[in-house]
Amino acid sequence: MFDRIAALGKTVLDTVAGAGAALIMLVRALIGRPNLRKSWPLLMQQMYSLGVLSLLIIIISGLFIGMVLGLQGYTILVDFGAEQSLGQMVALSLLRELGPVVTALLFAGRAGSALTAEIGLMKATEQLSSLEMMAVDPLRRVVSPRFWAGFYSMPILATIFSAVGIYGGYLVGVQWLGVDDGAFWSVMQSSVEWQEDILNGLIKSIVFAFVVTWIALYKGYNCTPTSVGISRATTSTVVTASLAVLGLDFVLTALMFG
Amino acid sequence: MESRNTHLAVGMFVILGIVAMLFLGLRAANTSAVTTGETYKIFAKFDNIGGLKERSPVKVGGVVVGRVSAISLDGAYYEPLVEMTISKRYSEFSDTSSVSILTSGLLGEQYIGLNPGFIDDTVEMLGDGDFIYDTKSALVLEDLIGQFLFGQGND
Repeated sequence: MFDRIAALGKTVLDTVAGAGAALIMLVRALIGRPNLRKSWPLLMQQMYSLGVLSLLIIIISGLFIGMVLGLQGYTILVDFGAEQSLGQMVALSLLRELGPVVTALLFAGRAGSALTAEIGLMKATEQLSSLEMMAVDPLRRVVSPRFWAGFYSMPILATIFSAVGIYGGYLVGVQWLGVDDGAFWSVMQSSVEWQEDILNGLIKSIVFAFVVTWIALYKGYNCTPTSVGISRATTSTVVTASLAVLGLDFVLTALMFG
Repeated sequence: MESRNTHLAVGMFVILGIVAMLFLGLRAANTSAVTTGETYKIFAKFDNIGGLKERSPVKVGGVVVGRVSAISLDGAYYEPLVEMTISKRYSEFSDTSSVSILTSGLLGEQYIGLNPGFIDDTVEMLGDGDFIYDTKSALVLEDLIGQFLFGQGND
């Protein structure tokens, strides 16, 4: 009986300590005088491996999700003779929900897991300790550029995802199924608002970028430096980041559109 | 050379993001100049605004000329007061104009229909902050049914 309660207490303490450690890591990595001449090439390198290399999967999934939305939306809307609203449906669902959320999930799987594994392996092979021995702060040198690269890349990726998805919906709806070209765009334009839809979607993806990158970095930095530990940390990154994104998405949607 | 290629790829990536943003902003979103350029405000009091909301369009003959910018209750009798922001491009409405709350389609959103009034030497043009006094309220379905039933009972 007391063992159970003690185990519960330990879980709670570990969770709280973990959250605190993650916050301390983030603050120490981000606060401090940035040295632009040194950190710019590091940031570029990470933008390349996190952003540019994720581009292909983002564009292809965006295209297919837009096409599926166009196809599904058409079969439902045509029953009501409202297939001209297809553009509105595709654009709003992509800009408000699917763009930021699916991008964040793909980013957690494609780039987040890589970040965790990379930093975890650096820790296991004691590269982080060697950096410290050479008086180089690994938080500033390794963690900080990766964080900023993820933070900048994901909103860009989400924007590209939405744009490609709308084009996919256009391909299926207009080119294949024969929705009127003018009506597709004009109904979309009359319903999509800059602030309400595009800006709120962008805010969502910025929040997701922050959370996903942070979780990935913390899990890697804090993993048990063994092969089992790295594998656990990578799995845990994808699971935790996905759940955090989906949960936060509900909260953000309730705040923005509720 | 390695680093230059990286910079090039990241630059292309950022440019692609900006192009996507422009596509969303210009092609997908509402960019009509109404209420983004110069505007002026006019007011109208209604008995009942029905389902009118802020940002509902103000239309003249189906053409959007402005939007509802605020809705509040005014005066001792708590009359709904609607503030409309109209584009300066359409600044020549006379004070004999009337506004009514209409519904687009059978189940659509409600909007304000503005009917421009006649113009002769004695009428003035509406300026910033002026009131339109000739208003027609929204049709409320329950009131209509009530009137119908009440009318039936009298016969």
